Amino acid sequence: MKKHILTLTTTALLAFGITHAKADGEVVVYHWFEYMPQELIEKFTAETGIEVVMDTFDSNEAMLASLKAGGIGTYDVSVPGDYMVKIMANEGLLDTIADGELENKANIQTQWLDAGFDPGRQHSIPYQWGTTSFSVNRDDYTGDISTTDILFNPPEELSGKINMLDSQGEVMAMAAMHMGMEQCSNDRKKLQALNDMLEEAKTHWASFNSDTAKEVLVSGDASVGMIYSGFSAKGREEGANIEYAFPTQGFVAWMDNVVLLKDAPNRENALVFMDFLLEPENAAAVTNYARYAAGVDGVSDMLDEELRTLPEGNPPASAGPATFIEVCDEQTQAVYDQIWTNVKK
Amino acid sequence: MAISAPDGEPAVSNTYHKSRTWLLLPSWVVLGALSLVPAILMLVYSFLTKEFRGGVIWEFSLAAYDQFFFDRGLFGDDSPTLDWTYIAIFWRSFWQAGAATLLSLAIGFPTAYFIATRPVQTRAIWVFLITIPYWVNLLIRTVSMKFLLRDEGPLNLSLMAVGLIDSPLQIVNTNLAVQLGLFYSYLPFMVLPIYAAVERYDFSLSEAAADLYASKWVTLHRILLPVTKPGVIAGCILVFVPSLGSFLAPDLLGGAKNYMIGSLIEEQFKGNAGNWPFGAAASMILLTIVLVILIAFARQQSRLERGRV
Repeated sequence: MKKHILTLTTTALLAFGITHAKADGEVVVYHWFEYMPQELIEKFTAETGIEVVMDTFDSNEAMLASLKAGGIGTYDVSVPGDYMVKIMANEGLLDTIADGELENKANIQTQWLDAGFDPGRQHSIPYQWGTTSFSVNRDDYTGDISTTDILFNPPEELSGKINMLDSQGEVMAMAAMHMGMEQCSNDRKKLQALNDMLEEAKTHWASFNSDTAKEVLVSGDASVGMIYSGFSAKGREEGANIEYAFPTQGFVAWMDNVVLLKDAPNRENALVFMDFLLEPENAAAVTNYARYAAGVDGVSDMLDEELRTLPEGNPPASAGPATFIEVCDEQTQAVYDQIWTNVKK
Repeated sequence: MAISAPDGEPAVSNTYHKSRTWLLLPSWVVLGALSLVPAILMLVYSFLTKEFRGGVIWEFSLAAYDQFFFDRGLFGDDSPTLDWTYIAIFWRSFWQAGAATLLSLAIGFPTAYFIATRPVQTRAIWVFLITIPYWVNLLIRTVSMKFLLRDEGPLNLSLMAVGLIDSPLQIVNTNLAVQLGLFYSYLPFMVLPIYAAVERYDFSLSEAAADLYASKWVTLHRILLPVTKPGVIAGCILVFVPSLGSFLAPDLLGGAKNYMIGSLIEEQFKGNAGNWPFGAAASMILLTIVLVILIAFARQQSRLERGRV
């Protein structure tokens, strides 16, 4: 739902950007909703004279569809998640950043410099990274929450009070961890079991919604909600007595990345924008706003004090492994798509 | 009138006769560009081969329609049987839209009748009052509806305060919530055409019926309803058709747990499936069903009219 409100504001922003475009030009950004503080955009324009025109999306898949339907050539940069960077590169939607084109490339933390989804960072830079798991309202449930059973085989008092992300990739990844199987399986027995488990689990779920994942927890409409780590922290700060779970079976890790799109109309400005985001000060501003973590060195001194001890960002020793979503081949994916249809039919 | 028309035809019909084609051109262009071309595009896409993760390959294929009607199991290699999955989704959507239409009619008809029977000078105010809520964006109205219906929302709290119920009624994330949402979204589309019809209704007909000892029910059933029928039908179509394709109310109020036609199609373009030909095929099937219903209705209607003359 938020996407619709944001579309309105985006339209307004677009109109604003067009009428006020200066000689220094603009950079057209295709970004997630509620993910970049307005002050930072203003700071960028003040420093560089480049206007930011922003359009927003609410899922990696929606962004991909929009780019494939003709968006390529109108946007300069976008902010896909890890697996989507790989997909977009495979689809030939990304431009290559030559060596030396980004002054601040050295600021990228070593562990993210050679990411599996973009070896050598040829197309992308880190934006923020975090995890996806679920949060539980502690007023409604006091038991152990460090298990994926809370989502897929919940205790009776939580049945019917669970909101799932309306996102196939994340639900399937968590379900695979719950079943102890690989993400892109070809084992028919396991796949059938996964399908049956999800169809059964669905009877315990109240709703699927990504945009209001935080709101349903804050309002108390849901007692359990699948959610991104930073969203959970924000929900807690808004007064919900929720705890972010780190299941022993594991949870989803993700990194959003700023990519240079093919046929970017303002390629130079796009590189300036990326360099700007690699400045520790600016990366810290995003982290302070979004409550995730930057993949940039030298940020820690500029973070809000409470971010250091944020429960959502500091998994306990009992936590299972954090796993990135995998990209399956076409034939394997077809089965997962069919399972998703079976869950939502 | 200075200009007198020959053969008793109204004068105006000839005034623009020669330039009619040109004057109608803008309408044709708009209709063509905004509804005909996209519909043809959809038709073409539905017969193309799907590209992995969105997009189409320009090769003829019936795979999209095959997927709609035939079930080949989880792994796609069972022998095909009739697939009820998508038919059930369509059935659910028709059922939801139908319920919302009936609800709108039940509330909309008396409302329209009430407005049409007010003094002429106050009618505009009543119509104005009907339309005021609709100045607000549909999304915001749908979210507001959710807040009203929530477990701890005003509806449940007041029902509990009065003592009618002990524990909150679970309305949000049910079919009832979807129907209420659709009903509220499209109610004016029901009220306004019926109002236009009832306003033109000659109330001396009701008086005549009463003089002939017709009961109120008979007057409504035999006189008022037949005369205002075009308005009622227009209202029903205007509520039913957009309800059928709606995905806002099912997503927000129904919890998106079960696909409706609108969300099923949306998922093919915006979701993980990225199956554009299948989304196009589902749209074409929907379009065909709606067209068949409307045409059948129009034909029956004109047959009735002819029978009456």
